[in-house]
Amino acid sequence: MTGTALQTTYGISCLAVLIVMGLGLVRAILGPSAFDRLMAVNMFGTKTVLLISVLGFLTGRPDFLDIALIYALVNFLGTIAVLRFFEGRRAPACYDQEATEANKD
Amino acid sequence: MELFIDITLLTFLCITAMAITVIRKLFCAVMLASIFSLLCACLFVTMDAVDVAFTEAAVGSGISTVLMLAALNLTHSREKRPPHQPLVALLVVGVTGIVLMYGTMDLPVFGDAAAPIHHHVAPRYIEQSPLEVGPPNFVTSILASYRGYDTLAETIVIFTAGLSVIALLGIRDRYAGRPIPSDRSAMKDYVVLRIVAKMLMPFVFLFALYVQFHGDYGAGGGFQAGVIFASGVIIHSLTLGRDRTLKAFPHQFLRGLATVGVLIYGGTGLASILRGGNFLDYSVLAATQLKGQHLGIFLVELGVGLTVFSIMILMYYAFSYRREP
Amino acid sequence: MTIPDFITAFCLILGALLGLTGGVGVYRLPDFFTRLHACSVTDSACAFLILSGLMFQTGFSLATIKLFFILVFLLITSPTSTHALAKAALNSGEIPWCQSQKER
Repeated sequence: MTGTALQTTYGISCLAVLIVMGLGLVRAILGPSAFDRLMAVNMFGTKTVLLISVLGFLTGRPDFLDIALIYALVNFLGTIAVLRFFEGRRAPACYDQEATEANKD
Repeated sequence: MELFIDITLLTFLCITAMAITVIRKLFCAVMLASIFSLLCACLFVTMDAVDVAFTEAAVGSGISTVLMLAALNLTHSREKRPPHQPLVALLVVGVTGIVLMYGTMDLPVFGDAAAPIHHHVAPRYIEQSPLEVGPPNFVTSILASYRGYDTLAETIVIFTAGLSVIALLGIRDRYAGRPIPSDRSAMKDYVVLRIVAKMLMPFVFLFALYVQFHGDYGAGGGFQAGVIFASGVIIHSLTLGRDRTLKAFPHQFLRGLATVGVLIYGGTGLASILRGGNFLDYSVLAATQLKGQHLGIFLVELGVGLTVFSIMILMYYAFSYRREP
Repeated sequence: MTIPDFITAFCLILGALLGLTGGVGVYRLPDFFTRLHACSVTDSACAFLILSGLMFQTGFSLATIKLFFILVFLLITSPTSTHALAKAALNSGEIPWCQSQKER
Protein backbone atom coordinates (compact mmCIF):
# COMPACT_ATOMS: atom_id res chain seq x y z
CA MET A 1 0.00 0.00 0.00
CA THR A 2 2.79 2.34 0.98
CA GLY A 3 4.54 1.51 -2.28
CA THR A 4 1.60 2.47 -4.46
CA ALA A 5 1.02 5.73 -2.57
CA LEU A 6 4.65 6.65 -3.13
CA GLN A 7 4.45 5.62 -6.79
CA THR A 8 1.50 7.99 -7.15
CA THR A 9 3.48 10.90 -5.72
CA TYR A 10 6.39 10.13 -8.04
CA GLY A 11 3.91 10.09 -10.92
CA ILE A 12 2.41 13.41 -9.86
CA SER A 13 5.78 15.13 -9.63
CA CYS A 14 6.81 13.69 -13.04
CA LEU A 15 3.62 15.10 -14.49
CA ALA A 16 4.20 18.52 -12.92
CA VAL A 17 7.78 18.62 -14.21
CA LEU A 18 6.54 17.67 -17.70
CA ILE A 19 3.98 20.47 -17.65
CA VAL A 20 6.65 22.98 -16.57
CA MET A 21 8.88 21.70 -19.40
CA GLY A 22 6.05 22.31 -21.86
CA LEU A 23 5.53 25.88 -20.62
CA GLY A 24 9.28 26.49 -20.82
CA LEU A 25 9.32 25.14 -24.38
CA VAL A 26 6.55 27.58 -25.34
CA ARG A 27 8.56 30.43 -23.84
CA ALA A 28 11.67 29.30 -25.73
CA ILE A 29 9.81 29.28 -29.03
CA LEU A 30 7.89 32.55 -28.50
CA GLY A 31 10.87 34.54 -27.22
CA PRO A 32 10.52 37.50 -27.60
CA SER A 33 14.04 38.52 -26.52
CA ALA A 34 17.15 36.38 -26.70
CA PHE A 35 17.36 36.43 -22.90
CA ASP A 36 13.91 34.89 -22.60
CA ARG A 37 15.09 31.97 -24.68
CA LEU A 38 18.25 31.53 -22.67
CA MET A 39 16.19 31.58 -19.47
CA ALA A 40 13.85 28.97 -20.88
CA VAL A 41 16.77 26.71 -21.84
CA ASN A 42 18.20 27.12 -18.35
CA MET A 43 14.89 26.18 -16.78
CA PHE A 44 14.55 23.24 -19.15
CA GLY A 45 17.95 21.99 -18.00
CA THR A 46 16.98 22.07 -14.32
CA LYS A 47 13.68 20.36 -15.08
CA THR A 48 15.55 17.65 -16.99
CA VAL A 49 17.67 16.99 -13.92
CA LEU A 50 14.51 16.67 -11.82
CA LEU A 51 12.70 14.49 -14.36
CA ILE A 52 15.64 12.11 -14.70
CA SER A 53 16.03 11.77 -10.93
CA VAL A 54 12.32 11.17 -10.31
CA LEU A 55 12.12 8.75 -13.26
CA GLY A 56 14.91 6.71 -11.69
CA PHE A 57 12.79 6.27 -8.57
CA LEU A 58 9.57 5.71 -10.52
CA THR A 59 11.13 2.79 -12.39
CA GLY A 60 13.13 1.63 -9.37
CA ARG A 61 16.56 2.10 -10.99
CA PRO A 62 18.45 4.96 -9.36
CA ASP A 63 21.56 4.44 -11.56
CA PHE A 64 20.37 7.29 -13.74
CA LEU A 65 21.59 9.80 -11.18
CA ASP A 66 24.97 10.10 -12.92
CA ILE A 67 23.24 11.70 -15.89
CA ALA A 68 21.47 14.20 -13.64
CA LEU A 69 24.84 14.92 -12.03
CA ILE A 70 26.41 15.79 -15.41
CA TYR A 71 23.59 18.18 -16.18
CA ALA A 72 23.80 19.79 -12.73
CA LEU A 73 27.55 20.34 -13.24
CA VAL A 74 27.95 21.24 -16.89
CA ASN A 75 24.68 22.96 -17.89
CA PHE A 76 26.22 26.10 -16.46
CA LEU A 77 28.68 26.12 -19.36
CA GLY A 78 25.88 26.90 -21.84
CA THR A 79 24.90 30.03 -19.90
CA ILE A 80 28.49 31.25 -19.66
CA ALA A 81 28.98 30.66 -23.38
CA VAL A 82 25.86 32.61 -24.38
CA LEU A 83 26.66 35.53 -22.08
CA ARG A 84 30.18 35.57 -23.48
CA PHE A 85 28.72 35.44 -26.99
CA PHE A 86 26.58 38.50 -26.33
CA GLU A 87 29.36 40.40 -24.65
CA GLY A 88 31.37 42.73 -26.82
CA ARG A 89 28.85 42.84 -29.60
CA ARG A 90 26.17 45.53 -29.70
CA ALA A 91 24.44 42.29 -29.31
CA PRO A 92 21.05 41.38 -28.05
CA ALA A 93 19.67 44.68 -29.28
CA CYS A 94 19.73 43.42 -32.87
CA TYR A 95 18.21 40.10 -31.82
CA ASP A 96 15.43 41.94 -30.01
CA GLN A 97 14.76 44.07 -33.04
CA GLU A 98 14.39 41.01 -35.18
CA ALA A 99 12.02 39.59 -32.61
CA THR A 100 9.79 42.65 -32.61
CA GLU A 101 9.79 42.74 -36.40
CA ALA A 102 8.73 39.13 -36.43
CA ASN A 103 5.95 39.93 -33.98
CA LYS A 104 4.65 42.67 -36.23
CA ASP A 105 4.36 40.30 -39.18
CA MET B 1 2.51 6.25 -16.69
CA GLU B 2 5.79 5.60 -18.52
CA LEU B 3 3.94 5.35 -21.82
CA PHE B 4 2.36 8.72 -21.12
CA ILE B 5 5.77 10.27 -20.31
CA ASP B 6 7.17 8.76 -23.53
CA ILE B 7 4.36 10.22 -25.63
CA THR B 8 4.64 13.66 -24.03
CA LEU B 9 8.40 13.79 -24.50
CA LEU B 10 8.08 12.71 -28.15
CA THR B 11 5.46 15.40 -28.74
CA PHE B 12 7.80 18.03 -27.26
CA LEU B 13 10.58 16.64 -29.47
CA CYS B 14 8.46 17.00 -32.61
CA ILE B 15 7.41 20.56 -31.68
CA THR B 16 11.04 21.55 -31.06
CA ALA B 17 12.21 20.00 -34.33
CA MET B 18 9.47 21.80 -36.29
CA ALA B 19 10.36 25.09 -34.59
CA ILE B 20 14.05 24.64 -35.45
CA THR B 21 13.25 24.15 -39.14
CA VAL B 22 10.80 27.07 -39.29
CA ILE B 23 12.80 29.67 -37.31
CA ARG B 24 15.30 31.68 -39.35
CA LYS B 25 17.06 33.42 -36.49
CA LEU B 26 20.09 31.22 -35.97
CA PHE B 27 20.56 32.08 -32.30
CA CYS B 28 17.05 30.82 -31.51
CA ALA B 29 17.79 27.67 -33.48
CA VAL B 30 20.88 27.07 -31.32
CA MET B 31 18.84 27.52 -28.14
CA LEU B 32 16.13 25.16 -29.40
CA ALA B 33 18.78 22.64 -30.44
CA SER B 34 20.02 22.49 -26.87
CA ILE B 35 16.44 21.87 -25.69
CA PHE B 36 16.23 19.12 -28.32
CA SER B 37 19.30 17.47 -26.85
CA LEU B 38 17.86 17.62 -23.31
CA LEU B 39 14.65 15.98 -24.55
CA CYS B 40 16.65 13.27 -26.32
CA ALA B 41 18.50 12.47 -23.10
CA CYS B 42 15.17 12.17 -21.23
CA LEU B 43 13.83 9.83 -23.93
CA PHE B 44 16.92 7.62 -23.78
CA VAL B 45 16.46 7.41 -20.01
CA THR B 46 12.84 6.31 -20.38
CA MET B 47 14.06 3.66 -22.85
CA ASP B 48 16.59 2.40 -20.26
CA ALA B 49 19.55 3.19 -22.53
CA VAL B 50 21.72 4.61 -19.76
CA ASP B 51 25.01 4.74 -21.67
CA VAL B 52 23.47 6.45 -24.69
CA ALA B 53 21.71 8.97 -22.45
CA PHE B 54 25.03 9.57 -20.70
CA THR B 55 26.75 10.36 -23.98
CA GLU B 56 23.93 12.65 -25.08
CA ALA B 57 24.10 14.45 -21.73
CA ALA B 58 27.88 14.84 -21.86
CA VAL B 59 27.88 16.24 -25.39
CA GLY B 60 24.61 18.17 -25.32
CA SER B 61 24.97 19.87 -21.96
CA GLY B 62 27.79 22.15 -22.96
CA ILE B 63 30.14 21.36 -25.81
CA SER B 64 27.61 21.38 -28.65
CA THR B 65 26.14 24.74 -27.59
CA VAL B 66 29.62 26.21 -27.28
CA LEU B 67 30.72 24.95 -30.71
CA MET B 68 27.51 26.15 -32.38
CA LEU B 69 27.82 29.61 -30.80
CA ALA B 70 31.46 29.76 -31.83
CA ALA B 71 30.42 28.93 -35.39
CA LEU B 72 27.60 31.49 -35.21
CA ASN B 73 30.22 34.04 -34.21
CA LEU B 74 31.77 33.61 -37.66
CA THR B 75 28.56 33.92 -39.69
CA HIS B 76 25.43 36.07 -39.92
CA SER B 77 22.64 36.00 -37.37
CA ARG B 78 19.93 34.99 -39.86
CA GLU B 79 19.57 32.03 -42.14
CA LYS B 80 19.32 32.97 -45.84
CA ARG B 81 16.12 32.15 -47.64
CA PRO B 82 16.74 29.35 -50.14
CA PRO B 83 16.42 30.64 -53.73
CA HIS B 84 14.56 27.61 -55.10
CA GLN B 85 10.98 26.48 -54.59
CA PRO B 86 10.76 24.06 -51.68
CA LEU B 87 7.86 22.09 -53.25
CA VAL B 88 10.07 19.55 -55.05
CA ALA B 89 12.05 19.00 -51.87
CA LEU B 90 8.82 18.50 -49.93
CA LEU B 91 7.68 15.93 -52.48
CA VAL B 92 10.96 13.99 -52.28
CA VAL B 93 10.92 14.05 -48.47
CA GLY B 94 7.26 13.00 -48.40
CA VAL B 95 7.80 10.05 -50.73
CA THR B 96 10.90 8.94 -48.78
CA GLY B 97 8.96 9.21 -45.55
CA ILE B 98 6.13 7.06 -46.87
CA VAL B 99 8.59 4.43 -48.12
CA LEU B 100 10.32 4.38 -44.74
CA MET B 101 7.00 4.07 -42.91
CA TYR B 102 6.08 1.19 -45.24
CA GLY B 103 9.43 -0.36 -44.30
CA THR B 104 8.65 -0.23 -40.58
CA MET B 105 5.64 -2.53 -41.14
CA ASP B 106 8.07 -5.42 -41.51
CA LEU B 107 9.92 -4.62 -38.29
CA PRO B 108 9.07 -6.56 -35.13
CA VAL B 109 6.96 -4.79 -32.51
CA PHE B 110 8.83 -2.58 -30.00
CA GLY B 111 9.93 -4.78 -27.12
CA ASP B 112 9.09 -8.04 -28.90
CA ALA B 113 11.06 -10.86 -27.25
CA ALA B 114 11.08 -12.90 -30.47
CA ALA B 115 12.76 -10.14 -32.52
CA PRO B 116 15.92 -11.36 -34.35
CA ILE B 117 18.08 -8.74 -32.63
CA HIS B 118 17.52 -10.49 -29.30
CA HIS B 119 18.61 -13.90 -30.63
CA HIS B 120 21.73 -13.19 -32.63
CA VAL B 121 24.65 -12.35 -30.32
CA ALA B 122 22.81 -10.60 -27.48
CA PRO B 123 22.27 -13.75 -25.33
CA ARG B 124 26.00 -14.50 -25.45
CA TYR B 125 26.87 -10.94 -24.41
CA ILE B 126 24.42 -11.07 -21.53
CA GLU B 127 25.26 -14.55 -20.27
CA GLN B 128 28.97 -14.94 -21.04
CA SER B 129 30.42 -11.43 -20.67
CA PRO B 130 30.94 -11.67 -16.87
CA LEU B 131 32.91 -14.89 -17.44
CA GLU B 132 34.75 -13.91 -20.62
CA VAL B 133 35.39 -10.20 -20.09
CA GLY B 134 34.52 -9.28 -16.54
CA PRO B 135 33.09 -5.76 -16.07
CA PRO B 136 29.66 -5.68 -14.39
CA ASN B 137 28.44 -3.13 -16.95
CA PHE B 138 28.37 -5.27 -20.07
CA VAL B 139 27.88 -2.28 -22.35
CA THR B 140 31.53 -1.54 -21.58
CA SER B 141 32.55 -5.12 -22.42
CA ILE B 142 30.68 -4.97 -25.73
CA LEU B 143 32.06 -1.57 -26.63
CA ALA B 144 35.67 -2.12 -25.69
CA SER B 145 36.16 -5.85 -26.10
CA TYR B 146 33.63 -7.69 -28.28
CA ARG B 147 33.27 -4.73 -30.62
CA GLY B 148 36.79 -3.40 -30.14
CA TYR B 149 37.29 -3.00 -33.91
CA ASP B 150 34.22 -0.75 -34.22
CA THR B 151 35.35 1.43 -31.33
CA LEU B 152 38.84 1.71 -32.81
CA ALA B 153 37.30 2.87 -36.08
CA GLU B 154 35.08 5.36 -34.22
CA THR B 155 38.09 6.80 -32.42
CA ILE B 156 39.86 7.17 -35.76
CA VAL B 157 36.76 8.88 -37.19
CA ILE B 158 36.81 11.43 -34.34
CA PHE B 159 40.54 11.93 -34.89
CA THR B 160 40.01 12.47 -38.63
CA ALA B 161 37.12 14.87 -38.01
CA GLY B 162 39.33 16.91 -35.71
CA LEU B 163 42.12 16.92 -38.30
CA SER B 164 39.74 18.15 -41.01
CA VAL B 165 38.43 20.99 -38.84
CA ILE B 166 42.00 22.07 -38.13
CA ALA B 167 42.92 21.75 -41.80
CA LEU B 168 39.95 23.90 -42.84
CA LEU B 169 39.98 26.56 -40.12
CA GLY B 170 43.57 26.43 -38.95
CA ILE B 171 44.81 27.19 -35.47
CA ARG B 172 46.87 30.25 -34.79
CA ASP B 173 48.66 30.99 -31.63
CA ARG B 174 49.76 34.29 -33.07
CA TYR B 175 48.04 37.20 -34.79
CA ALA B 176 50.46 38.64 -37.34
CA GLY B 177 53.51 37.78 -35.29
CA ARG B 178 52.10 38.95 -31.97
CA PRO B 179 50.79 36.46 -29.43
CA ILE B 180 47.00 36.18 -29.11
CA PRO B 181 45.73 39.23 -27.21
CA SER B 182 44.61 38.62 -23.67
CA ASP B 183 40.88 38.66 -23.02
CA ARG B 184 41.05 38.50 -19.26
CA SER B 185 38.87 41.57 -19.02
CA ALA B 186 36.10 39.76 -20.91
CA MET B 187 33.77 38.69 -18.12
CA LYS B 188 34.77 41.48 -15.72
CA ASP B 189 31.15 42.47 -15.12
CA TYR B 190 30.10 39.03 -13.99
CA VAL B 191 32.11 38.62 -10.81
CA VAL B 192 29.75 36.10 -9.21
CA LEU B 193 29.63 34.00 -12.37
CA ARG B 194 33.41 33.92 -12.60
CA ILE B 195 33.91 32.97 -8.96
CA VAL B 196 31.31 30.18 -9.15
CA ALA B 197 32.78 28.88 -12.41
CA LYS B 198 36.22 28.82 -10.84
CA MET B 199 34.81 26.93 -7.87
CA LEU B 200 33.00 24.41 -10.04
CA MET B 201 35.91 23.58 -12.33
CA PRO B 202 37.73 21.10 -10.05
CA PHE B 203 34.47 19.21 -9.54
CA VAL B 204 33.98 18.92 -13.30
CA PHE B 205 37.50 17.51 -13.69
CA LEU B 206 36.99 15.15 -10.76
CA PHE B 207 33.70 13.93 -12.18
CA ALA B 208 35.35 13.37 -15.57
CA LEU B 209 37.99 11.19 -13.93
CA TYR B 210 35.27 9.29 -12.05
CA VAL B 211 33.46 8.63 -15.35
CA GLN B 212 36.72 7.53 -17.01
CA PHE B 213 37.67 4.99 -14.36
CA HIS B 214 34.20 3.94 -13.21
CA GLY B 215 33.02 2.96 -16.70
CA ASP B 216 33.42 -0.75 -15.87
CA TYR B 217 30.86 -0.54 -13.08
CA GLY B 218 28.37 2.08 -14.18
CA ALA B 219 27.47 4.18 -17.18
CA GLY B 220 30.21 6.05 -18.94
CA GLY B 221 33.67 5.49 -20.31
CA GLY B 222 36.43 7.16 -22.24
CA PHE B 223 34.30 9.08 -24.70
CA GLN B 224 32.06 10.70 -22.11
CA ALA B 225 34.97 11.41 -19.77
CA GLY B 226 36.91 13.12 -22.57
CA VAL B 227 33.96 15.35 -23.39
CA ILE B 228 33.33 16.29 -19.74
CA PHE B 229 37.01 17.08 -19.19
CA ALA B 230 36.96 19.23 -22.31
CA SER B 231 33.89 21.07 -20.94
CA GLY B 232 35.89 21.90 -17.83
CA VAL B 233 38.73 23.31 -19.91
CA ILE B 234 36.26 25.38 -21.95
CA ILE B 235 34.80 26.83 -18.73
CA HIS B 236 38.39 27.75 -17.84
CA SER B 237 38.91 29.45 -21.17
CA LEU B 238 35.61 31.36 -21.10
CA THR B 239 35.97 32.74 -17.61
CA LEU B 240 39.68 33.10 -16.94
CA GLY B 241 40.88 34.16 -20.36
CA ARG B 242 41.97 32.20 -23.40
CA ASP B 243 45.64 33.10 -23.17
CA ARG B 244 45.79 31.28 -19.83
CA THR B 245 44.11 28.20 -21.30
CA LEU B 246 46.45 28.29 -24.28
CA LYS B 247 49.36 28.37 -21.86
CA ALA B 248 48.01 25.43 -19.86
CA PHE B 249 47.03 23.38 -22.93
CA PRO B 250 49.14 24.53 -25.91
CA HIS B 251 47.72 23.24 -29.16
CA GLN B 252 50.93 21.50 -30.19
CA PHE B 253 50.63 19.47 -26.99
CA LEU B 254 46.96 18.67 -27.70
CA ARG B 255 47.77 17.59 -31.26
CA GLY B 256 50.35 15.21 -29.84
CA LEU B 257 47.92 13.97 -27.21
CA ALA B 258 45.24 13.17 -29.80
CA THR B 259 47.74 11.08 -31.74
CA VAL B 260 48.96 9.38 -28.59
CA GLY B 261 45.37 8.36 -27.77
CA VAL B 262 44.87 6.62 -31.12
CA LEU B 263 48.33 5.06 -30.81
CA ILE B 264 47.54 3.67 -27.35
CA TYR B 265 44.43 2.01 -28.77
CA GLY B 266 46.22 0.58 -31.80
CA GLY B 267 49.25 -0.31 -29.71
CA THR B 268 47.11 -2.39 -27.35
CA GLY B 269 45.94 -4.32 -30.40
CA LEU B 270 49.50 -4.81 -31.63
CA ALA B 271 50.65 -5.89 -28.18
CA SER B 272 48.05 -8.61 -28.15
CA ILE B 273 49.32 -9.83 -31.54
CA LEU B 274 52.88 -9.86 -30.21
CA ARG B 275 51.76 -11.88 -27.18
CA GLY B 276 50.35 -14.49 -29.54
CA GLY B 277 46.66 -13.59 -29.73
CA ASN B 278 44.50 -11.89 -32.34
CA PHE B 279 44.40 -8.12 -32.92
CA LEU B 280 42.59 -6.50 -29.94
CA ASP B 281 42.22 -9.85 -28.16
CA TYR B 282 43.13 -8.65 -24.67
CA SER B 283 43.00 -12.06 -22.98
CA VAL B 284 46.69 -12.70 -23.66
CA LEU B 285 47.88 -9.41 -22.16
CA ALA B 286 48.12 -10.70 -18.58
CA ALA B 287 48.37 -13.97 -16.69
CA THR B 288 44.66 -14.81 -16.65
CA GLN B 289 41.96 -14.05 -19.20
CA LEU B 290 39.96 -11.74 -16.94
CA LYS B 291 43.04 -9.77 -15.84
CA GLY B 292 44.11 -9.39 -19.46
CA GLN B 293 40.67 -8.16 -20.47
CA HIS B 294 40.64 -5.70 -17.57
CA LEU B 295 44.03 -4.27 -18.54
CA GLY B 296 43.07 -4.11 -22.22
CA ILE B 297 39.79 -2.31 -21.56
CA PHE B 298 41.53 0.15 -19.24
CA LEU B 299 44.16 1.01 -21.86
CA VAL B 300 41.65 1.26 -24.69
CA GLU B 301 39.31 3.54 -22.71
CA LEU B 302 42.29 5.70 -21.80
CA GLY B 303 43.18 6.04 -25.48
CA VAL B 304 39.62 6.97 -26.42
CA GLY B 305 39.44 9.50 -23.56
CA LEU B 306 42.71 11.23 -24.52
CA THR B 307 41.78 11.47 -28.20
CA VAL B 308 38.26 12.76 -27.59
CA PHE B 309 39.44 15.30 -25.02
CA SER B 310 42.16 16.78 -27.20
CA ILE B 311 40.07 16.80 -30.38
CA MET B 312 37.21 18.63 -28.60
CA ILE B 313 39.57 21.31 -27.28
CA LEU B 314 41.33 21.63 -30.65
CA MET B 315 37.96 22.15 -32.39
CA TYR B 316 37.06 24.78 -29.81
CA TYR B 317 40.38 26.55 -30.39
CA ALA B 318 39.91 26.36 -34.15
CA PHE B 319 36.48 28.00 -34.01
CA SER B 320 36.91 30.54 -31.28
CA TYR B 321 40.44 31.83 -31.87
CA ARG B 322 39.85 32.33 -35.55
CA ARG B 323 38.74 35.93 -35.36
CA GLU B 324 38.48 38.64 -32.79
CA PRO B 325 34.91 38.50 -31.48
CA MET C 1 2.88 5.04 5.66
CA THR C 2 6.12 5.45 7.57
CA ILE C 3 7.44 8.86 8.53
CA PRO C 4 10.16 9.11 5.81
CA ASP C 5 7.57 8.13 3.19
CA PHE C 6 5.26 10.82 4.48
CA ILE C 7 8.02 13.43 4.34
CA THR C 8 8.90 12.34 0.79
CA ALA C 9 5.30 12.60 -0.37
CA PHE C 10 4.91 16.01 1.26
CA CYS C 11 8.12 17.38 -0.28
CA LEU C 12 7.35 16.00 -3.73
CA ILE C 13 3.79 17.38 -3.82
CA LEU C 14 4.88 20.78 -2.50
CA GLY C 15 7.75 20.84 -5.00
CA ALA C 16 5.40 19.93 -7.84
CA LEU C 17 3.02 22.74 -6.81
CA LEU C 18 5.83 25.31 -6.67
CA GLY C 19 7.11 24.09 -10.02
CA LEU C 20 3.69 24.51 -11.61
CA THR C 21 3.36 28.01 -10.13
CA GLY C 22 6.73 29.00 -11.55
CA GLY C 23 5.96 27.41 -14.92
CA VAL C 24 2.70 29.31 -15.30
CA GLY C 25 4.55 32.46 -14.27
CA VAL C 26 7.20 31.93 -16.95
CA TYR C 27 4.46 31.63 -19.52
CA ARG C 28 2.14 34.43 -18.35
CA LEU C 29 4.12 37.27 -16.77
CA PRO C 30 4.58 40.45 -18.82
CA ASP C 31 8.33 41.10 -19.12
CA PHE C 32 11.70 39.41 -18.89
CA PHE C 33 12.52 40.29 -15.28
CA THR C 34 9.22 39.10 -13.84
CA ARG C 35 9.50 35.91 -15.87
CA LEU C 36 13.04 35.41 -14.60
CA HIS C 37 11.71 35.74 -11.08
CA ALA C 38 9.12 33.03 -11.73
CA CYS C 39 11.76 30.84 -13.37
CA SER C 40 14.04 31.10 -10.35
CA VAL C 41 11.24 29.74 -8.13
CA THR C 42 11.23 26.52 -10.14
CA ASP C 43 15.02 26.42 -10.22
CA SER C 44 15.62 26.74 -6.50
CA ALA C 45 12.64 25.89 -4.29
CA CYS C 46 11.06 23.25 -6.53
CA ALA C 47 14.37 21.52 -7.24
CA PHE C 48 15.35 21.68 -3.57
CA LEU C 49 12.07 20.14 -2.37
CA ILE C 50 11.92 17.37 -4.97
CA LEU C 51 15.55 16.31 -4.58
CA SER C 52 15.50 16.41 -0.78
CA GLY C 53 12.23 14.49 -0.84
CA LEU C 54 13.91 11.78 -2.90
CA MET C 55 16.86 11.70 -0.49
CA PHE C 56 14.56 10.35 2.25
CA GLN C 57 13.90 7.25 0.14
CA THR C 58 17.43 6.03 -0.46
CA GLY C 59 18.55 5.31 3.09
CA PHE C 60 22.27 6.00 3.37
CA SER C 61 23.84 4.86 0.12
CA LEU C 62 25.73 6.09 -2.94
CA ALA C 63 22.44 7.36 -4.37
CA THR C 64 21.97 9.68 -1.36
CA ILE C 65 25.41 11.17 -1.85
CA LYS C 66 24.76 11.67 -5.57
CA LEU C 67 21.40 13.33 -4.88
CA PHE C 68 23.09 15.54 -2.29
CA PHE C 69 25.73 16.64 -4.79
CA ILE C 70 23.14 17.27 -7.50
CA LEU C 71 21.26 19.43 -4.98
CA VAL C 72 24.36 21.37 -3.95
CA PHE C 73 25.47 22.02 -7.54
CA LEU C 74 21.98 23.09 -8.59
CA LEU C 75 21.69 25.39 -5.59
CA ILE C 76 25.01 27.01 -6.50
CA THR C 77 24.68 27.24 -10.26
CA SER C 78 21.07 28.19 -10.92
CA PRO C 79 20.92 31.34 -8.75
CA THR C 80 24.27 32.34 -10.24
CA SER C 81 23.06 32.01 -13.80
CA THR C 82 19.81 33.80 -12.92
CA HIS C 83 21.82 36.67 -11.46
CA ALA C 84 24.16 36.81 -14.45
CA LEU C 85 21.22 36.73 -16.86
CA ALA C 86 19.43 39.58 -15.08
CA LYS C 87 22.62 41.60 -15.09
CA ALA C 88 23.27 40.96 -18.77
CA ALA C 89 19.68 41.89 -19.66
CA LEU C 90 19.85 45.11 -17.65
CA ASN C 91 23.21 46.02 -19.21
CA SER C 92 21.89 45.51 -22.71
CA GLY C 93 18.98 47.88 -22.13
CA GLU C 94 16.08 45.62 -21.29
CA ILE C 95 13.63 47.88 -19.39
CA PRO C 96 11.79 46.48 -16.36
CA TRP C 97 8.02 46.53 -16.77
CA CYS C 98 5.96 48.82 -14.53
CA GLN C 99 2.36 49.85 -14.24
CA SER C 100 2.85 53.21 -15.98
CA GLN C 101 3.98 51.48 -19.18
CA LYS C 102 0.61 49.83 -19.44
CA GLU C 103 -1.19 53.16 -19.32
CA ARG C 104 0.99 54.72 -21.98
